[in-house]
Amino acid sequence: MKNDGASAKVVLSAPDIGRTLARLAHEITEKNPDCSNLVLVGIITRGVPLAARLSEKIKEINGIEIPVGALDVTFYRDDLARKGPNLNASPTNITFDITGKTVILVDDVLFTGRSIRAAIDAIMDLGRPGKIQLAALLDRGHRELPIRADYIGKNIPTSRDERVMVKLREVDGEDAVFVTGAENG
Amino acid sequence: MVDSPLVNFKGRHLLGIDDLSADEIIGLVNTANRFVEVSEREIKKLPTLRGKTVVNLFFEPSTRTRTSFEIAGKRLSADVINISAQSSSVVKGETFKDTVLNLASMRPDALVIRHPSPGTPLYASKFAGCPVINGGDGAHAHPTQALLDMMTIMERRKSLKNLNVAIIGDVLHSRVARSNISAFKRFDANITVCGPKTLMPAHMDNFGVRVTHDIYEAVEGADVIMMLRIQTERMAQGLFPSLREYSSRFCLDSKVMKKAKPDAIVTHPGPINRGIEISSEVADGKYSVILDQVTHGVAMRMAVLYLLCGGAD
Repeated sequence: MKNDGASAKVVLSAPDIGRTLARLAHEITEKNPDCSNLVLVGIITRGVPLAARLSEKIKEINGIEIPVGALDVTFYRDDLARKGPNLNASPTNITFDITGKTVILVDDVLFTGRSIRAAIDAIMDLGRPGKIQLAALLDRGHRELPIRADYIGKNIPTSRDERVMVKLREVDGEDAVFVTGAENG
Repeated sequence: MVDSPLVNFKGRHLLGIDDLSADEIIGLVNTANRFVEVSEREIKKLPTLRGKTVVNLFFEPSTRTRTSFEIAGKRLSADVINISAQSSSVVKGETFKDTVLNLASMRPDALVIRHPSPGTPLYASKFAGCPVINGGDGAHAHPTQALLDMMTIMERRKSLKNLNVAIIGDVLHSRVARSNISAFKRFDANITVCGPKTLMPAHMDNFGVRVTHDIYEAVEGADVIMMLRIQTERMAQGLFPSLREYSSRFCLDSKVMKKAKPDAIVTHPGPINRGIEISSEVADGKYSVILDQVTHGVAMRMAVLYLLCGGAD
């Protein structure tokens, strides 16, 4: 992947990501004073480590351990025919009952909103949550559906053809967010 | 997402394991593993193939394979239509080609074909106008069975590399044996086939497998013991004298199992003949993965339908 080219711009460094997640954890506990009813569900791939980190930060704040699950939204997407299936993703792994819970969906980048639409459908097939909220590390705009996040780490204005690359140490060995210009060809 | 060469299943046929690379087999197993969880849910349904039509065209009796494809299609929200030869226009004298052409005119998105004649699915694929999946053709191939077997073995053994495999029973008539040999060969397995001389095809060594007629020798040091069903109707053809004689020499019982590795696994494509090719003790015992195979069969057929009809254009 050509993410290290001259046009790559770091928009969040590793310490920035740590601070941003700490802030998001505080916002989550403020908005949900009764954290015992919360569950965090990360959207595969990079939403999952983000959800796990938010759970750790919330535990530091109030001592409550929030369960973390992983959600594969591939089979709920509406753009399968355009993107093609990903053969290597992990399966959904949610070991707790979500009925009646406040489910916080966690994703790295909020873009068109189509993944989130798919995630909401996927969650609804697993049970009937009391509430669904959305936390995203980044919001880059260009929504195609009426979807908004409850917790946003950072808004980054982008053009449609720019690429936002999120790297997390659990997946990529380092923490950083880059924006790269439109790729040639 | 960068498209890997693996994703190019869309619009392809699945006629035999020979069409698949080792990477594609692993890709299919990985995809199927993601579907396992769906069958554990309260609502066992994904919207993935909404609006797609899958036709099961079966010219041979089948419970497991047909039901498995039907459940797989339905769990992906496809509309599944079952046609068996007995209830189709074939009994009115319609040719196979005309039957397929008529079905194709109704624009299905996949056609699953089981037929007693080898090559029938390949023939149908020339004019079906949609992906054709071989659900078993004579003694030729049964690719989804081999794929679900690979999935089941990978779950227990993590890797398919360099396994010692014994395939035991009626190798002559077995499409399951042929498809599995083809699959195992891609992962450098040491394969031994075992059965009575009358049920062993000539020149098996051309497949690169070892032939023995002694079940103890076949099972010695095996990681995977793949039992084949003995079709009792073969007895009428004079291929073996009696079921009792067959089972005294080729039945997998706990005495034979002592020769295998302590963590060996026993597979069987079903339906099993208890006490003939496999003892109840082994079929229901700790080595047996026979019912896991059935569970995985649904997930694997979901993966096949998803990748052939739901993938990239």
